[in-house]
Amino acid sequence: MTQLALVIDLNVCVGCHACVISCKEWNTSGPAGTMCDDNPYGADPTGTFFNRVQTYEIGEFPYTETVHFPKSCLHCEDPPCVPVCPTGASYKRENDGIVLVDYDKCIGCRYCSWACPYGVREIDEHEKVMKKCTLCVDRIYDESLPKAERKPACVMACPTSARLFGDVHDPQSEVSIAIREEGGYALMPEWGTRPSNHYLPRRKMRKHIHKDELVRADNPLKKEQRDHAEPIDAPTLDDSTSW
Amino acid sequence: MHPAFSVVFLTTLIGVGQGLFLAIFTGQSYSAVELLPSEDSIQFYAMGSMLALAFLFAGLIASLFHLGHPERAWRAATKWRTSWLSREVIILPLVMFLVCLYSLMHYFGWDTMLFTSKTGAHLQLTLIVGGLGLIATLALFLCTGMIYAAIKFLQEWATPLTVINYLLLGSASGFVLATAFSSYNAPGLVKFYGIWATIITLAALLTRSAALLRNARIKYKSSMQTAIGIRHNQIQQKSMGFMGGSVNTRDFFHHQSRLFMKSIKWVFMLLTFFLPLLFLWSGIEQANSSTLILAFLIQYAGLIMERWFFFAQANHPQNLYYQSL
Ligand code: SF4
Ligand code: SF4
Repeated sequence: MTQLALVIDLNVCVGCHACVISCKEWNTSGPAGTMCDDNPYGADPTGTFFNRVQTYEIGEFPYTETVHFPKSCLHCEDPPCVPVCPTGASYKRENDGIVLVDYDKCIGCRYCSWACPYGVREIDEHEKVMKKCTLCVDRIYDESLPKAERKPACVMACPTSARLFGDVHDPQSEVSIAIREEGGYALMPEWGTRPSNHYLPRRKMRKHIHKDELVRADNPLKKEQRDHAEPIDAPTLDDSTSW
Repeated sequence: MHPAFSVVFLTTLIGVGQGLFLAIFTGQSYSAVELLPSEDSIQFYAMGSMLALAFLFAGLIASLFHLGHPERAWRAATKWRTSWLSREVIILPLVMFLVCLYSLMHYFGWDTMLFTSKTGAHLQLTLIVGGLGLIATLALFLCTGMIYAAIKFLQEWATPLTVINYLLLGSASGFVLATAFSSYNAPGLVKFYGIWATIITLAALLTRSAALLRNARIKYKSSMQTAIGIRHNQIQQKSMGFMGGSVNTRDFFHHQSRLFMKSIKWVFMLLTFFLPLLFLWSGIEQANSSTLILAFLIQYAGLIMERWFFFAQANHPQNLYYQSL
């Protein structure tokens, strides 16, 4: 069985909101109709978004780190939002595990948004139906697009490649390898929802340079016994002197 | 959560309707086993259950205001296998049908004696229809309660007390109304209903207080750490991802001060339990119908506040992601 999902690398996300804009652009122009946007340039803007990028500060000043945190439907493997829906408008697809809302069946009762612990379902206040991330189901199977573009709009837009897309049930997929090797984790595991989307944690990048590495042992100039004029602590271009 | 007035009215109004029907039917069952004199079919059983039907109907209308697409409401009956909301959508009309049938059978005298024992106990057709109504009414209380109790991460709601409180609070208001109603149409029953109304109100006081105590010491399973998966004691949200509001900031939080939340709790305790008991007692003592009506109105006002508080008190874990509220 396939379970499509996103893997979001918090170590790489720079919080630029490109995915948010790209998502809104793609989905508001899609066949399912517009996503509302009230007072976009006014005092109190509000509207429906499938994807939000939030920012958190971890630690206490001055020892803080800023984490940008993109958040959209996690396409849970055991989605609590689906069984509560009285109409069957909310459903999880058998073939690829995407959780969708049928806008023609939804009565706008909001019960599913109560039943999602992550706050990723947003009712469209104009169309009065529940909306949420579709993993760009109208894009990823579109054969008129070049193969490389059959990915969610957010993934296409991310300038730092912080968003990976693929089948988390296929152990050899890019996403599964990332989850396995980079310590991918799920949000709020305490509720047993088994989110398909995973997050890759922040990683500390440290490089230890030993003293002997500062001098190039195998410098061919040495072999030729040709002396160098520069002192050993002279500034260099690549942090290692030619001696 | 943000209390939607449509749902507050839906749950309180059908509660009264269900409770009143239970009360009327209890009256008839007592008379069937000769514990009470039987009352006038039209004046009491038919009118009383019609009044219950009116409350149920008002609740149904209120519920439609909650829906974005009320014209598709019929679709909500399809997923009864998994959704308590769907089950409620099926059972509410069923209760209304049975209450209506019960009322019409009494009104038009469509009744036959099915069985009479030597001691005078008897079984009538209306009693059977009423019995079915009783089962459906209890099932409706269960569905309404479970809609809330079934969402496990709304920890204030995820307890059997939620269902018990819906049952007892709804029944209490129905029996108080039955006391007032009988003071006009069946004065002989005022004491009977008054005593039951008192007992049920006291029981509800107990279970509602138990729920308040339980919720005061809830330990939340979700935290900022589990929400974003970062193990650090100091996490502060700097941006929710937007500058204005969104449904997430409006639908899931009550936006009231702590003081307001604290005071409404005491006000609803006073209005739902203590004042109605007082008025009930004095109304029965002085045989004063208006005092009894007042007891019902005060309790209903209390119940609206109780329900408002019930919703407002529930703390949805999604609020962790919207800290800059
Ligand atoms: S993240 Fe929320 S809306 Fe998405 S599948 Fe999980 S519970 Fe449902
Ligand atoms: S809002 Fe729509 S999708 Fe959500 S539970 Fe209600 S009918 Fe189902």
